[in-house]
Amino acid sequence: MINKTTKLRAAFTGIKNGAVVMVGGFGVPGTPFTLIDGLLTQGTKDLTLIKNEANEDHMGVSKLIESGRVRKLITSHLGLNATAIDYMNRGLLEVDFYPQGILAEKIRAGGAGLFGILTDIGIDTILVKNKPRMELNGHRLMIEPALRADIALIHAARGDHFGNLIYTGSACNFNPLMATAADLVVAEVEQLVAPGELDPDHIHTPGAFVDRVVHLETLTVEYGILQHHVR
Amino acid sequence: MEFCNTMSAKTKIAQRAAQEIKPGHVINLGIGIPSLIADYLPSDGTVLIHSENGILGMGQHCPRGSEDRNLINAGGAYVQTIPGAAFFDSALSFALIRGGRLDVACLGALEVDQHGNLANWIIPGKFAPGIGGGMELAQKARRLIVTTNHVTRKGAPKILTACTLPLTARACVDLIITELAVIQVTSSGLLLRELADGISLQTVQNQTEALLRLPPEGVGRF
Repeated sequence: MINKTTKLRAAFTGIKNGAVVMVGGFGVPGTPFTLIDGLLTQGTKDLTLIKNEANEDHMGVSKLIESGRVRKLITSHLGLNATAIDYMNRGLLEVDFYPQGILAEKIRAGGAGLFGILTDIGIDTILVKNKPRMELNGHRLMIEPALRADIALIHAARGDHFGNLIYTGSACNFNPLMATAADLVVAEVEQLVAPGELDPDHIHTPGAFVDRVVHLETLTVEYGILQHHVR
Repeated sequence: MEFCNTMSAKTKIAQRAAQEIKPGHVINLGIGIPSLIADYLPSDGTVLIHSENGILGMGQHCPRGSEDRNLINAGGAYVQTIPGAAFFDSALSFALIRGGRLDVACLGALEVDQHGNLANWIIPGKFAPGIGGGMELAQKARRLIVTTNHVTRKGAPKILTACTLPLTARACVDLIITELAVIQVTSSGLLLRELADGISLQTVQNQTEALLRLPPEGVGRF
């Protein structure tokens, strides 16, 4: 029977320096902290990272950035990470910003075997600079190439040995999109069940998209409540 | 010119803005003053609050101690949901916005001008944390309400004849609500709809770079 489960130490076999890495998550929810730590341990560098944001100082992907492993970040917003902004301003981190929904669509298109999207978001702003443009049905549009990655790091609430995944709450966000858009998709799951235990009606990511599944035996503190965000 | 950033100013703006939200509306509230609007809306299912990170039916902030580590708003605060809420991914979240299903967005501003142009994402050389969902919200919400202090911390007008900062979106603002005034953006400029209690027209015009026209039916109070 198909069994994609693997231990963390084997999750990154084949990933090379200079890889393009997609990482799920919007803030803490959905960020695959354990896989990030595994990548940090593994030592690959000169990475191009694609993530909605850079987590907060000293957490999640910020640890990769702060360790000098990341050459370039493709993202939407860094407002909650002063360290990442500082690295950017000091020229230590190259950053490409995209509107959040356009970043999501570039990834979705990449995962859907498409090569780009047409959009008018930002058409009257400085975003159009250096972007290929066209007109279609009277609309002035920008052509945005699709995004794919060498490896995607996914966090899911539940998964099975086939790689079927279910997400929860606001931890869903970019994970389902990135889970389709990489050559190697590694998912960490909080709960691992046998095939047949996940209701087919409820599966968000069918297992065909997933290559490796790492079961989280425990959740570290990083997954928990951030006290400075508590009222 | 006086910068008024007291809680009473923010509260006044949020309370007035909440009156623009109608039953059945799907709305998105940006960070800062817009997020306070939620406190003045019914949480009985008459209004659905959308959060860009993939929530429809977002509720109030969590009482301390009941936070769900997987449930935050776009600013990172822990929130609840109302009965009938739904969770979805980021592509669907922005399809809701760009596809025209967002009735009202409320955003803050660095600058707004008489053409309804909005600038709120970058001050080149000083403030450039990225874009987030703001451009799509500004450009594609069916109605855009800007909630903002009337002047900057240094007392400079924020409502201008022309934005000087890089735009978030062009000709997108429908209504401006500050602690001093409610201003409608029309095809022939800014129309002063309401003055805050105790505030004169001259006071508001003195702190507004753009010319404020007066509606023939008169100016209300709030």
